[in-house]
Amino acid sequence: MSTDVAALRRKYARRHAAARCGVYGAAVLAALVCALPFLWSVISAFKQNQDLYNPESNPFFFNKPATPDHVTFLFADTPFLTFVVNTLIVGAAVVAVTLVLALPAAYSLARLDRPWGTPMGIAIFMVYLVPPSLLFLSLTRVVVALHLEDTLWSMIVVYPTITVPVSVWLLIGFLKAVPKDVEEQAMVDGHSRLGAFLRVVLPLVFPGIVAVVVFSFTLTSSEFVYALAFVSASPEMVVSTGVPTQLVRGDVFFWQSLQASTVITAVPIAFLFNLFLDRFVTGFTMGAVKT
Amino acid sequence: MTRAEAAPAAEAGAPRAKAGLADREGFLAWVMLLPSVVYIAALVGVPFLLAIAFAFSDVTTGDPSFDLVGFRNFDAVFADGVFWRALRNTLVFTLVSMALIVLFGKILANILVADFRGKWVVRFLVLLPWTTPVALSTISWLWFLDSIYSPVDWVLRHLGLIDANIVWLGRPGTAMASVIAVQTWRLTPLAAVIVMAGLVAIPRDIDEAARIDGAGFWRRMFEVTIPLTLPVIAVAGLFGAIMTFTDMTVPYVLTRGGPTHSTDVLASWAYFRGIEGGDVGQGAAIALFLFPLLLAGAVAILRAVRRLEAQ
Repeated sequence: MSTDVAALRRKYARRHAAARCGVYGAAVLAALVCALPFLWSVISAFKQNQDLYNPESNPFFFNKPATPDHVTFLFADTPFLTFVVNTLIVGAAVVAVTLVLALPAAYSLARLDRPWGTPMGIAIFMVYLVPPSLLFLSLTRVVVALHLEDTLWSMIVVYPTITVPVSVWLLIGFLKAVPKDVEEQAMVDGHSRLGAFLRVVLPLVFPGIVAVVVFSFTLTSSEFVYALAFVSASPEMVVSTGVPTQLVRGDVFFWQSLQASTVITAVPIAFLFNLFLDRFVTGFTMGAVKT
Repeated sequence: MTRAEAAPAAEAGAPRAKAGLADREGFLAWVMLLPSVVYIAALVGVPFLLAIAFAFSDVTTGDPSFDLVGFRNFDAVFADGVFWRALRNTLVFTLVSMALIVLFGKILANILVADFRGKWVVRFLVLLPWTTPVALSTISWLWFLDSIYSPVDWVLRHLGLIDANIVWLGRPGTAMASVIAVQTWRLTPLAAVIVMAGLVAIPRDIDEAARIDGAGFWRRMFEVTIPLTLPVIAVAGLFGAIMTFTDMTVPYVLTRGGPTHSTDVLASWAYFRGIEGGDVGQGAAIALFLFPLLLAGAVAILRAVRRLEAQ
């Protein structure tokens, strides 16, 4: 009897050790595969031309001393900083509009049980599936009619069509996780329904709001088709269109600067997103399961 | 204490009518929802109808006057070989990417929910492809697959597997493979995050019960985890499919549809025709062609979500 137990224990210990090795191996491999082009971008960005444009030199090491020249060039001699500022302005404005529209809508759908609640929730979610590639032609005409072409406003006005549906979807999940008693208690305390929402429920779904902010900003900074169709003047471009169109002169690619701009843009967004990944994951499950 | 005092105070208070309005749920539900509905109707509904109208009109960027021309745009589009090429490319691009996204997304999700040291760094690196603006990451790939300086070719050359560089983006077959690879690479993290949501939601005791019954890793994977997360996996796959089906960024930046339209997809072809070529009518007709297929995808997603709900 006791030998059986010992044997089983050894068997499980071996299994456990093998599983640990497997997990670490898989994790490192996954990280490498996903990040390899980036790691190479980081190296490329600091390479001298002689090193970069030599097909025989090892692409993964510095065969000549590293140089910050191309990164300096990016900031000093290209409109990259303007693109970054524009992206931040558009991102912040879109996030604000998204929250103002999506929070009340999500509350209405999650809590104020109306018979049309579910079909309306589904309809809003469906809008997320209508792609920019279907609408950019007619939206370009709308943007021109509103005299917003070649301005940041064109993006601020149109991008919430992408972020609002997802945000409503996510927020419904977070709102349903708040116990109903909390609001009832607040209403017993003398708040109106609206007051209970503003003073009691909103602070409780703060994590959800943060998730929505990060997610909307990520979507906004990534958007490409609308930005390309609406804005063709370089001072009003955002990173996602400015870098590919303005850092390439004719057929000349400023490779080191391009790589540097990608890394500089990517790292802060990924960092932010990663901070809130767990919240985003829970939000998604709740939205999907409880709608 | 405060509770007992506050409640009657509100009832007796002066702003009673106001409080009454803010308490009426039916009224409140509409008022809170209305801004979003109006906004979406104005900036999605109207442009959508406009897109349909454009597809049946002779609008060009040079001549914005609107005349109905019936099915002429569709006839012209269907008569063009590039359209059929783009349609075929779109289907190949979508189906192959979706299959790979689901497979790798599932594997990645399993890795990301495991507990190990340095998880934060791994998550950060794994999420990079999705959080980077797609146009920028595609530019990184453009350099990664450069015809002369690609490190992929450098490694293959030094391993003695090839003599001369593979011009990845210069030949139809490898160009399509590259476009699919980049799209898969960029959407896999999103699929992984969605599948993670499903994995986290599996009750712990089910997995533990299977362990106690002596089920090994693969058995638990195929008989417990995968069946339980199938709806979420389906959602991840359909998201990947829809985002690939309607996307033009990767083909546009990586190959500009080339060489000779071998990587043109419907979305990029609509862009080249409608914006760069100036023929808004034909561009709209091409883009509109996406819609019926897209609707089918959306209905499939909703069915999957329903199943998720029923679980």
